Amino acid sequence: MMDFQYGWLLNMICYLPLAGALLMMAFINKENSTGIKTWATLVAGLDFVISIPLWFLYKPDGVEFQFATQFDWIPSVGVQYIFGVDGFSVLLILLTTLLGFIAVYSSFTAITERKKEYYISLLLLQTGMLGVFCSLDFILFYVFWEVMLVPMYFLIGVWGGPRRLYAAIKFFLYTLVGSVLMLVGILTLYFYNASGLAAIGLQGLGNVPTFSITHLYTIAPLIPSEVQFWVFLAFFVGFAIKVPMFPFHTWLPDAHVEAPTAASVILAAVLLKMGTYGFVRLSLPLLPEATVKAVGWIGVLAIIAIIYGALVAMAQKDMKKLVAYSSVSHMGFIMLGLFALNEPGLRGAILQMLNHGVSTGALFLLVGIVYERRHNRMIAEYGGLAKVMPIYATFFLVITMSSIGLPTLNGFIGEFLILIGAYNHSWVWALFAASGIVLGAAYMLWLYQRVFFGELTNEKNKDLADLNRREQWTLIPLIAIAFWIGLYPKPFLDRMAPTVDRVLERVAVAMPEAESAAGRVAELAVAPGEPAAGEHGE
Amino acid sequence: MKFYDLIWLIPIFPLLGAIINGLVSNRLGLQKSVTNAVAIAGSGLAWLLGWAAIVQWALELGIHNTHIVSLFSWFQGGSLRILDGSVAEVDVAASFQLDPVSALMVAFVTFVGFLIHVYSIGYMHDESDRAYARYFSYLNLFMFSMLVLVLGSNMAVMFVGWEGVGLCSYLLIGFYFEKEWCAAAGMKAFIVNRIGDWGFLLAIFATFMVFGTLEFTEIFPTAAAHPETYAAAATVIGLLLFVGAIGKSAQIPLYVWLPDAMAGPTPVSALIHAATMVTAGVYMVVRCNVIYRLSPTAMLVVAIIGGLTAIIAATIGLVQNDIKKVLAYSTVSQLGYMFLAAGVGAFVAAIFHVLTHAFFKACLFLGSGSVIHACGGEQDIRKMGGLKKYMPTTYWTFLAATLAISGIPIFAGFFSKDEILAKAFEAGAGDLNTFGTTYYALWALAVVAAVLTAFYMFRLVFVTFHGEFRGGEEAEHHLHESPWTMTMPLVVLGVLSIFGGLIGIPGKLFHHPEWNLIERFLEPVILPIGHAAENAEHLSHHAVSLGLEWGLVLLSVAAASFGIWLAYRFYMGAGAFVRPRLLAERFSFAYRLLLNKYWVDEIYAATVIAGTIKLSRFLWEFDARVVDGVVNGTALTTVGSSFISGVFDLKVVDGAVNLVAKSYDVASREFRRLQVGFTQGYAMVMVFGAAVLLGVFYLVKL
Repeated sequence: MMDFQYGWLLNMICYLPLAGALLMMAFINKENSTGIKTWATLVAGLDFVISIPLWFLYKPDGVEFQFATQFDWIPSVGVQYIFGVDGFSVLLILLTTLLGFIAVYSSFTAITERKKEYYISLLLLQTGMLGVFCSLDFILFYVFWEVMLVPMYFLIGVWGGPRRLYAAIKFFLYTLVGSVLMLVGILTLYFYNASGLAAIGLQGLGNVPTFSITHLYTIAPLIPSEVQFWVFLAFFVGFAIKVPMFPFHTWLPDAHVEAPTAASVILAAVLLKMGTYGFVRLSLPLLPEATVKAVGWIGVLAIIAIIYGALVAMAQKDMKKLVAYSSVSHMGFIMLGLFALNEPGLRGAILQMLNHGVSTGALFLLVGIVYERRHNRMIAEYGGLAKVMPIYATFFLVITMSSIGLPTLNGFIGEFLILIGAYNHSWVWALFAASGIVLGAAYMLWLYQRVFFGELTNEKNKDLADLNRREQWTLIPLIAIAFWIGLYPKPFLDRMAPTVDRVLERVAVAMPEAESAAGRVAELAVAPGEPAAGEHGE
Repeated sequence: MKFYDLIWLIPIFPLLGAIINGLVSNRLGLQKSVTNAVAIAGSGLAWLLGWAAIVQWALELGIHNTHIVSLFSWFQGGSLRILDGSVAEVDVAASFQLDPVSALMVAFVTFVGFLIHVYSIGYMHDESDRAYARYFSYLNLFMFSMLVLVLGSNMAVMFVGWEGVGLCSYLLIGFYFEKEWCAAAGMKAFIVNRIGDWGFLLAIFATFMVFGTLEFTEIFPTAAAHPETYAAAATVIGLLLFVGAIGKSAQIPLYVWLPDAMAGPTPVSALIHAATMVTAGVYMVVRCNVIYRLSPTAMLVVAIIGGLTAIIAATIGLVQNDIKKVLAYSTVSQLGYMFLAAGVGAFVAAIFHVLTHAFFKACLFLGSGSVIHACGGEQDIRKMGGLKKYMPTTYWTFLAATLAISGIPIFAGFFSKDEILAKAFEAGAGDLNTFGTTYYALWALAVVAAVLTAFYMFRLVFVTFHGEFRGGEEAEHHLHESPWTMTMPLVVLGVLSIFGGLIGIPGKLFHHPEWNLIERFLEPVILPIGHAAENAEHLSHHAVSLGLEWGLVLLSVAAASFGIWLAYRFYMGAGAFVRPRLLAERFSFAYRLLLNKYWVDEIYAATVIAGTIKLSRFLWEFDARVVDGVVNGTALTTVGSSFISGVFDLKVVDGAVNLVAKSYDVASREFRRLQVGFTQGYAMVMVFGAAVLLGVFYLVKL
């Protein structure tokens, strides 16, 4: 199950930003702003460079977790230090290191105060995020999960907008509530596995106490449904807040609006993925029975998020808030794909996690660029920018198209797979979810029109400078990836396929072949020929 | 060299042109001549290669052999259990196919596209270098998308082109983006089209669930071989696909974007919003004819939507005064004819009309562009008149195209339109799918629409080119014929408007069915359904005798002639404009109804658009007040209860502690008074105390 080759590489990727931050703390004077920027860029850049080998070294046909490290950490209670990644984590790690670098690189002129602390926070954040994707021990996972919160709290609370304190505290407390519940879930599984939950009248397995996620995978089919239900609920709240799913999403717009650009980029591109990562890595494989039972509810919530997020986005007057609500809608698509519980749905959902990271990350960068020039995010302040900032307008258009799923760009592949998966589960799901593509086009193009088209009437916009070279280079990699995924997603899909297959295998325990196959055949009897051919499913 | 193996290159040439003009020339600040060379090369090479590939394919492989060029596996979604219980792989290939219908589309799209590129050189001459390069970049990108659309060998690749043309349409309608209304028109087009795309996407998913593949060459033979098995599925898929077609081809109720699309430069209107893109819906229905033929319901819906659109758009066209708006409604109406044809099972006639319409409508739009160019941007026909003597080439080509669209014999439109009318009548007479009465009614509507078409088109000709110039002396001085880059395409298209219909001579009428070249060419696309024997009874042409067919031809000629005569009476000679004005006064409501396009835009604005915006504002309020309110409420409750517990802590818990302390404090202060240092006092207290103690002991002992 584990391949320990190149285990050091994974540790290096994870801790390099931490080391860089510590060194900066110790050796770089806080007045030396060039030094700080150069060092932070170097560290983040190097971290991206050394994470690239994962892409090539990961063997899709190899064992489940590769680049592993394992040793005892707190043996008395069975806590271990386990690192290891599969294709799914590899993709998210690459997304993190790339966007971590871009976040640093994009902050040069945006941040003018407390620069040293700012870059230290960004680097610490990066280690926290990478640790989550690497950890295969629940306690280790939880530690990184919580570590992540602190630098983000400071990034919003110190370098944020006027309501930064409110937003930072809201973000912190809201997600903390979720993670504490998650901890309860983790402990429940732990006690169930080890000694039984005698206190509530349940028998455990009496195994050696362990927090190892891979071990818990093996006992998953044995967990009784009551335990599964409560643990699933605890995990669900934790992850749903992070995703965020409707109705737990309201921290997101506040956090995004107040956060500095780079923090928004990281928040949207990586932090939100923690929730969906949790579902794929933990909820689905560990709690198959509860998962299968929850499908109906989560599907409905996801569809509500798609439509509701899009409609609320349409009403926004603040660009950043609009993009934040569009995230709610997009994350709804991802949740829908995950809980379609079939290959295209899951693959599409994972791909869409990357897509959302790329497209929405880029959208926040773009909004940040114009905010830096005007210190205003109100849509009504703009109009006609295409005339003074043609390059900016072009970049924005490409990213808009990527966000609304235009074929040949990344969003299309993700949405297509999610929707075909959803259709396979229930055509009603697809019918409603697909309306998201109409609404998505509506709010994005309306935004584009109000910002870029029409006459340039606002005096303050007449002399806006177009993108400089640095700003262009923060966006070009993202645009290149958008086209790459849109035109040739095979390398990405190949790398995630083993994860998808394994997750589905583990969930399939709760979906006896007899039941699903018989159901299908029964549907088939009505299907072609008789009235409701397209109207199968639930 | 096998050109037919290189069909994937056909769209690549214009794509390269788009990339070069879009990215490179802006940066290098290149001249218009370089832009021209790149753009013309992009579309010209596509044209040459396209024709070479088609000819070679037809000669070497034969038109019965669909030639597929598969480039690579585009995306892989893993396996999915489909409806029949089997497991199918979601594996979409980037692949192209050459068969008669895609060949025909490629042939005319590249050719007309090339002509319009040439025309644009003259028309867009006054733009800045940068806007000029941007224009040609978009135009080339459009060619790429359109060619991908028609060449795609599966639904997903077709969808790439389908959305791609939508994007280019958006960009080109909003080309003059500084004008608010142009940008708004572009956005409207994109969003309305997306509603159609929603249907198309669902159709793709439904197709996969039923057939387990998206490849045309795998779907259609399967469906055709088992008509009963797939009949119900065909209805669902056919109707969903048609939702897509309604959007792209501007049919009721989604036609509203097309008239607004006239905000784009006129060559764009000619290429995208008349000749090619808007016919994509017709192409798709013809491509999927097997699906439709399995489903009488889907066929009927297609025919009804087409017939109604044909007549309603024609009535609006009667009274419009903007030259491009008239042509736009005319396009909507003609597209309605094409769907009517498809809906009565005359798929060849539908594509035939796509082809002839491309010639005459492109000619009309380019002609109107020439007129607008001469009139300095004026589009109101009431400020034109008498242009015939200033711009003869434009006039004669415009007239040829007008005769074609009106359906005057020999001209291109006559053959295709007559074919559609005849087939609609046959559907009625043959009681197609037992919906004969409905088909008769649709035929009658189509004949009326033919009268209206001839009327509004000749109204345009008479008002624009005949009579006196009404635009003022100043403007009159500037009237001139357009440069050769503009007139050359006009002449070519004008000639095609005259002779282009000869590829579809209704040979049956002369006992020479083989004269109908296009029918023979497209025959492989119309797969036989089920067993050939069953098939025979569905053929409805026995329902109409040869004599009756000739009668129908005469009727349609009479209809066209009547329309022209009416237009002449209304807009020519001494009494010009008097009758229409009287009519407008007498039937003022009807006139305003038509002039305002049945207020459909206003109705949509008040219902769908306002409704969505209101809903979105309401949800936003809801989100801020209720959903977030709960969160803030929780926070407030926590803060409040912590305040109360703080107070409790301070007053009660800590109060108890302090009370103890306080009591000692008080007590000690009180007791201190006793210790004032008077020995007598101490002695007295001692004695007193001893007495009390003794008393207590005594009492206790008792």
